[in-house]
Amino acid sequence: MRSTTLFSAARVLIVTGKGGTGKTTVSGVLANLAAREGLRAMVFQIGAPGARYEPGTVQLARLFGSDEVLGYEASVLVANAAGGSVHARAVTPDTALVEYLHLHGMRRLSRRLVSSGALDVVATAVPGMPDMLVLGKLKQMERAAAAGQPEAPDVILLDAPAAGHAVRFLQSPRGLLEAAGGGPVRAQAEEVVQMLSDPQRCRVVLVTTPEETPVSETVETAQLLERRAGVSLLAVVVNGRLPVLSLPSEPEVAGLDALTRAAGVRLGRQQLEGLVAAARLRLERQEVQAAQVVRLGRELALPQLELPFCFDADLRPQQLATLTDALSTAVAAGLEVAP
Amino acid sequence: MRAPVSEPVSDPVSEPVGGPGGAASLNLTSVIVCMGPGGVGKTTTAAALALRAARAGRRACVVTIDPARRLADALGVNGVGNEPHFVPAPPGAWPGELWAVMLDAQSTFDNLVGRYATAPAQAEAILANPVYRNISAALSGTQEYMAIEKLYELQESGAYDLIVVDTPPAQHALDFLEAPAHLARLLDNRVFRLLMTPTRAGLRALEIGAQLMLRAISKIAGGQVVADTIQFFTQFEGMEEGFRERAARAERLLRSELTSFALVCSPRRDSMEEALYLVSQLAASGVRPGTVVVNRCYPLYPALPPEAVTALAATPLAPLLANLEELRMVAATENDQLGRVVAALPDATLYRVPFLARDIYDLDGLAEVADHLAD
Repeated sequence: MRSTTLFSAARVLIVTGKGGTGKTTVSGVLANLAAREGLRAMVFQIGAPGARYEPGTVQLARLFGSDEVLGYEASVLVANAAGGSVHARAVTPDTALVEYLHLHGMRRLSRRLVSSGALDVVATAVPGMPDMLVLGKLKQMERAAAAGQPEAPDVILLDAPAAGHAVRFLQSPRGLLEAAGGGPVRAQAEEVVQMLSDPQRCRVVLVTTPEETPVSETVETAQLLERRAGVSLLAVVVNGRLPVLSLPSEPEVAGLDALTRAAGVRLGRQQLEGLVAAARLRLERQEVQAAQVVRLGRELALPQLELPFCFDADLRPQQLATLTDALSTAVAAGLEVAP
Repeated sequence: MRAPVSEPVSDPVSEPVGGPGGAASLNLTSVIVCMGPGGVGKTTTAAALALRAARAGRRACVVTIDPARRLADALGVNGVGNEPHFVPAPPGAWPGELWAVMLDAQSTFDNLVGRYATAPAQAEAILANPVYRNISAALSGTQEYMAIEKLYELQESGAYDLIVVDTPPAQHALDFLEAPAHLARLLDNRVFRLLMTPTRAGLRALEIGAQLMLRAISKIAGGQVVADTIQFFTQFEGMEEGFRERAARAERLLRSELTSFALVCSPRRDSMEEALYLVSQLAASGVRPGTVVVNRCYPLYPALPPEAVTALAATPLAPLLANLEELRMVAATENDQLGRVVAALPDATLYRVPFLARDIYDLDGLAEVADHLAD
């Protein structure tokens, strides 16, 4: 199965998971895989209002070997011979509000409204308004692509807030429908809800690490996302899986000492103990991870895509290539997308 | 045992301004604020710091924001929002007291309204207003503000020697520090002042620019929203001063010598990047964490001599060598990252908590973490 299957499920993929599980990296890897398939991929990040520096955007750019600071205007991170490319942009509620006002005939007022703190006022009066503005921008991009507009992305990856916040974030347009009486905001919210609840247009990719707490939270988040935000799930990426080494099941110093001597090597006590302790730690981690992957499969009926743990923690283009290879293999091996 | 803060608290506004840390105050409850990127074990660290104090015989209370369910179960706060819960010590575990609170931002806000309402009817009207519910649930920074409000309330009770507060995973480190000022700023906002003007005559008297803004908001959000908001702010009238005063007191507590900051991070590069960004933001605001807790550190195992590696490469021991090399690579990268935070905060006390065999979700696990936080 080609990995385009992953991207033909829906144009918008929302990437979310517990903090620290690698959402941003996985968004980048997904985008890179799409580009390899000759697709135009857009990573859509959410900035905090007024932020000058976002660790997430720096991290994404670095993954692609760029020092560029991502902003409202899309940056090109990769463009290949196959016609594929990776673009990225960071949208804040402020910038989305300015654009929204422009589109609704309030161009002259827009800057002043934002700088005077009108966003605070609007956010106060209308629940979830900042989130809605960002999602509205995402929807606008998705509609442009669906209408076949040139230069529009084939795949849009939303690097969404961390798990618990993602539920609130994606739920906000629904909350808004219940609360807002009328006006263009209501129309906007209806359109966003339509997009979010249409599995042909939008799916969620969950990210977890194969450890107990992240797996538990992923299972909970999956249920909440479906029930409260009305989104459809596509797959769960199991990030940071340690490659399984065939180590002796019960390593101990005396046995290891004998084996190394037999091979003509004499190791010191500390070195032997280090080898044994390292092996025990690895075995323990491997065991925990294997058990959690099984539990995840049991508690969450979604295709699992495994990405290996990177021992060199600095994630740059070389690691991006390795992770993209791994994702490609995982998709070919296991992803069946429900129609 | 009864929760100490459930006792009626006297009105702080009418009391002489001693302020936390001020000369007139005998309340020496100290505070540790745990800050750090998401997913680094902030909540667990906060609870372990409180446990450490309880072990030293102190009365400690941890304020958690969003604990994992099993940890909440272990602390006994699952489903028991907002009031301190006494965590009974297993026999011989700690001589002090351990308390835990799971923050419920909504009820904290409701209590605050009740406290500052000029009459019960005013509080009732506000609590029933849809715009109030939006503010308390959706206004950015409300959760942070309420965490500080809770902290202030607990500190003021004098029932604890130490309060450890977990912070919400903020996109901006300063969201938390600035939270008390946030509402006050909002109340000072020109648009809000406009909305608080109760009469039509008042509206007409306003400058054209302000009227345009009001029209714009009505155009974006619908006229009903503007009407509801005006009604809410009319109801709110007379309470701003109390809110403002309390926010100022909470801010003084955060800035006083009783409060210290702990940076919680992991030695992974991305996480460290966020942590260092946070440190730079805090520094700009005059705050330096005095404690750094680095969670989930891999141990650095001793290297093998190159000739041993060559000799063993073709033996069945090769996977053991490969593992050693991989784990050493992780530890070396982590050490580099650790070096960065040490360079950024050279005076801070650094605690390295090793990668523990299992996730921390019970009191035994917390005790294990607390062991690594011992001086």
